[in-house]
Parts: sequence; C-alpha cells; structure tokens
Amino acid sequence: MIKTALNGFLTAWKGLSLTMGHFVGARKSKKVKGIKEADYFEQQNGIATVQYPHQKLPVPEVGRYQLNVEIDDCIVCDLCAKICPVNCIEIEAIKSTEAIGKTSDGSVKRLYAPKFDIDMAKCMYCGLCTTVCPTECIVMTPEYDKSVTHISDLNYKFATMTEQEAQQKRAELEKQQTERQAAKLAAMNKAEDQ
Amino acid sequence: MNFYLLYFLVAASIFSFIAVFSLLSVYAERKISAFIQDRLGPMEVGKYGLLQTFADILKLIQKEFIVPTVADKVLFTLAPVIIFIAVFLGFVALPWAPNLVPASMNIGVFYVFAIISVEALGILMAGWGSNNKYSLFGAVRSVAQMVSYEIPAGFAIISAVMIAQSLDLQVINYNQGILATQEIKFLGFLEVNQIGGILAWNVFQSPHLIIAYIIYFIASLAECNRAPFDIPEAESELIGGFHTEYTGLRFAFIFLAEYAMMFLVAMFGVTLFLGGWNTPFPNIGSLKLADYTTGIYWGIFWVMGKSLLIVAIQMWIRWTLPRMRVDQLMSLCWKVLTPLAFACLVASGLWRLLLF
Repeated sequence: MIKTALNGFLTAWKGLSLTMGHFVGARKSKKVKGIKEADYFEQQNGIATVQYPHQKLPVPEVGRYQLNVEIDDCIVCDLCAKICPVNCIEIEAIKSTEAIGKTSDGSVKRLYAPKFDIDMAKCMYCGLCTTVCPTECIVMTPEYDKSVTHISDLNYKFATMTEQEAQQKRAELEKQQTERQAAKLAAMNKAEDQ
Repeated sequence: MNFYLLYFLVAASIFSFIAVFSLLSVYAERKISAFIQDRLGPMEVGKYGLLQTFADILKLIQKEFIVPTVADKVLFTLAPVIIFIAVFLGFVALPWAPNLVPASMNIGVFYVFAIISVEALGILMAGWGSNNKYSLFGAVRSVAQMVSYEIPAGFAIISAVMIAQSLDLQVINYNQGILATQEIKFLGFLEVNQIGGILAWNVFQSPHLIIAYIIYFIASLAECNRAPFDIPEAESELIGGFHTEYTGLRFAFIFLAEYAMMFLVAMFGVTLFLGGWNTPFPNIGSLKLADYTTGIYWGIFWVMGKSLLIVAIQMWIRWTLPRMRVDQLMSLCWKVLTPLAFACLVASGLWRLLLF
C-alpha cells in the first residue's frame, strides 16, 4: 500500500516536472518555417502555434491549390475539360472565321471561348488539367485560403467575352458556314452538270 | 447606521474581489494550460488576449435563462445562489492582515469548514433539479467526493489547530510570526518569537504539518472539484456534470463559485499552515527584515501572493494529471489520506504533550 502511494507520488512528480518543462519552454515560439528548410526538424521546443491569418506557413512549389486560367493564352482545345475526373470545367467554344492571334508561346488561336467556368467546389485538386494543357495557360496558384459567402461564388468564370460578342461571333460563323455550304452546293451542282 | 453601511461595504468588496479574481484566474488558467501544451492561448481580444474573459462574461450576461421543461424549477433556480453564497460566506472569516478581517470570530476554522460544506448541497440541488441523468451522476459523485474528502481535510486542519491552540483564524495567524502572543518554536526547540519569518510558520514549527498540509492540499483539490478529482464535472463523460443545463448568468455564478472556492481553500490552507499574512523573511541580527515587511499592506500582499501561488499550483496539477476513476478516488481518500491524517493528528498531540 505504501509502495503504491509512493509510486503514485513519484509518477505524479514525473508528469508535473514534464509539464513544468514545457511551461518554462513556452517563453520561446517556434519560427514559422517551410518544411524544405534545412533546420526545420531542429525546432523541437517552444510554442508550436502558427497564428494563422497573421502568420502563414510557406507553401511548397509543387502544392496544388486554387486554379487560375490565363485566358489570353488559351487555345480552347477542351483537353482540360476532357481529362477532369470530376467534370468541374465547362468550356464552350466558337470557331473563329479566321486565326484570332497567337498565344505567348506561339500557338495559333482559332477558337473563341465565350464560357470557361471552373467550379472550385467540385474540383478535387488533382492537377491533371495543368499537365494536359498544351499552352500551360491553366495553372495552380499558391493561394489556398478562399472563402465565399455563397457556393455559386466558387464557380470561377474565366471567359472575358461578353454575351453580345459571343452572339456576334456565332452569327459570323453561321454566315461563313452558310456561305461555304452554298459554295459547296454550287460546286457539286457544277460537277453534276458536267 | 454606519454599522450597516460598513457591512454592505465589506460584502461588496469581497464580491468584487471574487469577481476580479475569477476573471483574471480564468485568463491565467487558459494561458497556463496553453503554455503547458505548447500553445499560445487567447491572443485576439486585447493585447495578448487580456480582455478575453471580459468578453466571455459580457457574452454570459447577455444570454437567455433557459430552464428545461422537466426540471424542478425551484431547485434549479436556487442551486447557483446556494453554491455561490456558500463560498462567498466562507471568505468572511479569512483574515487579510493584522487587524484586518471582515468578521472576527473565535471559531473561524470551524465556521469556514462548515460553510464550504454547504456547497455540496447546492451541487446536489443543481444536479437533481436539472432532471438529467448525467447532471445527477455528476451531483452524486460530487457529494460523495466532497463528504469523503472532508474527513482527511478535517483531520489535517485539526492537527494544525492543535499546534496553534486556537480556532480563531486571526490568532492562528498572529502565532506564526513576530506578532505572536505565545511562545513559538522552530521545529520545537528554537524560540523564534523575535526572529519570525518563514521559521515561525506552522509547517516549520512542527514538521509533520508538512504532511498534513499535503493531505489538506489534495483533499482541497477534491473539495473544489478540480482535476485530477474533477469526476463530478468530467467534461468528457458527463458533459459538465451538474452544470450541464445552466446558461447565462446562472452558469456564470457556478463558475464564479468554482474559482472563488479555489482561492478560498488556498487561502485557508495558507492561513493554517503557511503563515497566512506573515512575511517569509526572518529578522537576521540587526537586519530586521520581518519587522520591515509586516503591516496591513504587506499582510495583504503576502497572503495574496501565497494564495495565488497555491492557485497556480492547483492549475499546474490540473493540466498535468489525468482524471481519477471513482473507485481510485475513494480508495485514495479512505485508504491513504485518512490514515495518514490520523497519524498527523496523533503526531500533533504528542508534539504538544512532549515539547510544551
């Protein structure tokens, strides 16, 4: 019985000295360091709290966070929408009547994108879209802290075309296609005649 | 007329002391627990989170009084009042400095010990009145624990009283320093009436009182339902125990009583064993340290300092040791503390008989 009581006091003292050690050690805080830094694991003692909105841990370069599209570099190939495992990318394409211009890496743009939506609420952050993109216009940014008041705000719209412009381009395309159709018909008729 | 005015003034000052102490000690407890666990604790409200508890109490005051439909309304409403008043009245008899005691009474020790037992009744009322099985569990555990631990605490106190030869807390205080009215001896052989200081404290007048003080300290932890004896509250099993159903100001009063109880038992123990308002510095030859550091303001300073240190130790223990099981709690009380307290009592008797 005395042994048990003594053992109780000893073990209680062990615990108390341990917590006192931490209490005294709390004069220092751990520095906010990224895991890549050489002495990251050296910091064993001190307060571990990162005061989040005021302090932020550095984000690794390969981190997968919010998507961003540089719409001027996009050739509207639709590859990202096709590879997406959760179908969070929606793209509408309108063929242009002529080459629109060039992207920053020299690819020729031939399609307009009146709609380029990424629903970040559906996104699973796999990063496949960034791998398949031929012009590297869809990238993952280091931004991870995004809160919105309504879930529809998580549907990012990257298209810069207005609805009127889109209508105009559709009309132009239709006109060109009917013209081509007419030219084709005329050519066929001509061939039959001969 | 002035007589009554003084009464109200004393009551108001004790109440405001309890309120300020509770607010600050809740902050201190949160910070201590945070540092022990390598966290920062409250940091957002005010500099270093200093205004956090004021924000908390502001929130509690604004809250609605909710009485559960099946609760016993009378008991439910009365319980926080009884719990708080029991602790509040305990403060009345505690001396703060030479000639400074809210109510001087010649049975002070007995009075404090009796009045803080009333808290058990309040807790039982709260648990029963809530009509919730977990609250009732908490209340039953609490009462069982408080009643059991009063026995070792009581014997530890009696062994100190036997050395001091008085039930008047102020007389006990006087006889632990340079203002002693009777002959006091360090370890029973060296007369220290002129030297005073730490040598004249009860625990050093007769060393077996150190064990008595440890017994009293452990029992007092159990009496104010602090970890590792917090099975009545047991937040993880009983969701707060007897105060689960309380909201707003009623909850605030239960909380206030809990923290006031911590200070009360700490100050009671300090008065009985650790010299009360007496200074720890002895007179050394011509260097009259004890004479310099004795007085009304010094008295308040010393008793506050000692009690706050004990409260800090209570918090340190709370954030270190895990909660005990009910049977472990009871076996510690009845099989370890009670026999040891009896031994201290016998030792005190022999001490008195053989050395004086």
